[in-house]
Amino acid sequence: MKRIALVGMPNTGKSTLFNRLTGGTARIANWPGLTVEITTGRIPLGAHLVHVADLPGIYDLEGGAEDERLAHAFLAETSLDAVLLVLNATQLDRQLGLALQLAALGVPLIVALNMSDEARRAGIRIDREGLAARLGCPVLAISAKRGEGVPELKHLLAQHLQTAEPHCADFSRVTSSTDWHAEEAQLFGQYVRRPSSLPEGITAKIDRWVLHPWLGLPVFVLTMYCLFQLTYTLSAPLQDVMKALTGMIKSEWLTPLAQGWPPFLAGFVVEGIFDGASTVLTFTPIIFLFFSLMAVIEDSGYFARAAFMMDGVMARLGLDGRGFVMLMMGFGCNVPALLGTRIIRDYKARLLTMLAIPFSLCSARLQIFLFLAGALFSPARAPWVLLSLYFVSIAVAMGTALVFRKHFVSNEPFALELPPYRLPVIGHVWNRGWGETREFLKLASTMIVTGVALVWLLTHYPSEQASYAGVVANFFQPVLSPIGVQSDLSIALIFGLVAKEVVLGALAVIVGHEGKELANHLAMTLDAVSAYSFMLFTLIYVPCVSTIAALRKESKSLGFTVFSVVWSLLLAWVVAFVFYQGARWLGF
Amino acid sequence: MPTLAELPLRQLARVCHLRVEPELAQRLIALGLRPDREVEVIRRGWLSGPLLVRVGATEFMMRREAAKLIDVEPLSS
Repeated sequence: MKRIALVGMPNTGKSTLFNRLTGGTARIANWPGLTVEITTGRIPLGAHLVHVADLPGIYDLEGGAEDERLAHAFLAETSLDAVLLVLNATQLDRQLGLALQLAALGVPLIVALNMSDEARRAGIRIDREGLAARLGCPVLAISAKRGEGVPELKHLLAQHLQTAEPHCADFSRVTSSTDWHAEEAQLFGQYVRRPSSLPEGITAKIDRWVLHPWLGLPVFVLTMYCLFQLTYTLSAPLQDVMKALTGMIKSEWLTPLAQGWPPFLAGFVVEGIFDGASTVLTFTPIIFLFFSLMAVIEDSGYFARAAFMMDGVMARLGLDGRGFVMLMMGFGCNVPALLGTRIIRDYKARLLTMLAIPFSLCSARLQIFLFLAGALFSPARAPWVLLSLYFVSIAVAMGTALVFRKHFVSNEPFALELPPYRLPVIGHVWNRGWGETREFLKLASTMIVTGVALVWLLTHYPSEQASYAGVVANFFQPVLSPIGVQSDLSIALIFGLVAKEVVLGALAVIVGHEGKELANHLAMTLDAVSAYSFMLFTLIYVPCVSTIAALRKESKSLGFTVFSVVWSLLLAWVVAFVFYQGARWLGF
Repeated sequence: MPTLAELPLRQLARVCHLRVEPELAQRLIALGLRPDREVEVIRRGWLSGPLLVRVGATEFMMRREAAKLIDVEPLSS
């Protein structure tokens, strides 16, 4: 099979081009022993089925972070029929050097000048024929985002592959990138014309507000608030539709079907498995909308600005601005936030960020808090209860980083590009939202359904009156009663280890009431102090099995995963203990 | 010689010398911050946050400690 690789600096739109070429059918290949991955895809080009690899972004061909070295190794070890180098057409003053450096290694090079539309708008004129002659390879102008020039690029690639002789890059011939600077400057001067003074663009105008020393933070908080508000407002009707749909399936089809079954089996299937699956399904609109909206913000380039805003604070905690963005993403779901830490290239800095993320108040926990705050506090107080929990979440995440920063010192050279603002691409937004939803369904559904089924079994076996759940609850009583958590709730907490989505379902099964009746029941058995203590514990202790799995997968260290779990359990207990006993001592 | 950290906002300057550690130097050079290039500081982050720097058509942020190790020569505008 023919093989081509996409190479380029970070922020050149390499992945956008990759998705254009492969039609979003990418597979993520895990590289053994490394924390970085290479995305690959297969596309028909002319007469051939071509294997395309999207390599991690590189700045040059020497040294660099783990993922850069992986890209170098891939180029050195893989016999390639073509190396497609993607350059940002607006930044050729510092990107042509990579083309020169690669061309000198004798790889079959094709250069794509991406973002040509932006370059054109900025008044930049590029003499492609001149560049092609000097580099000794084809040079095409494209816009991966708009698809301009992509058919021509495919056609050229197909033609090239007919006669191509596969090559490995000969890294013994690599010369320092600084050696190429003079020639790069000469090439740029000769073949690129740009207006002497650029007018202040839209980016600078927006940045003046967004990065304002005093207004920047309120703008950020407002953006996040809108993100959450929009997510929950838009997903509420979708959730209602799903609830109605699953309710109809249950009453019209499943319950009549299960009538002839033995009661125990019927209960297990209907109340255990089916109700569990419904819980997961009603959760998908939130995930989909949250990550679609997140992708809009991501694509726009705003997150780099948020990282800039918060870096001053985060640096003091041993993290950096990107860590803050990931904590915010964790407010949606901790799992993608953990995966997102891949943009942090230093392993130790990544670990410290991963240690903090599980304390982000995710949407699953929010569901519990919304229900409990609504059930146990007056409408005037409930929003403040929720707000305080968000503050606790941020304080615990940042506190954790502060405590452990000495053990996770980053060696990463910190310099992050702030790309100009761009309009989001609908296709990418959709892919992101749907991709996260699919991952969520895949990773969590089995866990949640198993969890709810298990709750049902444990609370109904051997009989409802003397179940195993009661035994487990009694066992944990000495630990949980000092923080004000009584037997019924402690079972829910134990199942919350599986997934926080299970907690409300478990409570409903244990108490034997749903919705309003459950709220009334809780209001009678719980007071404000115990309820808040329960919420504090729920907020801080292990988020869910999916998060643990993601921690293990991303850190590639069992020791770190165990440490993270033990730390969160310990911290949850201590915080709840101090709050509960303190409040009681003060006479509440 | 003044450093990038002391440069007034929007004041063009010529990069003279990078005294930062080699890895950061390599990254900065890749981003265009090289001797003889023109650089300007567009913005300073609040709470002694990072600097937003522009070289050519590239804007990027870097920490102030690193900027203190970059010697520049202000250009008369």
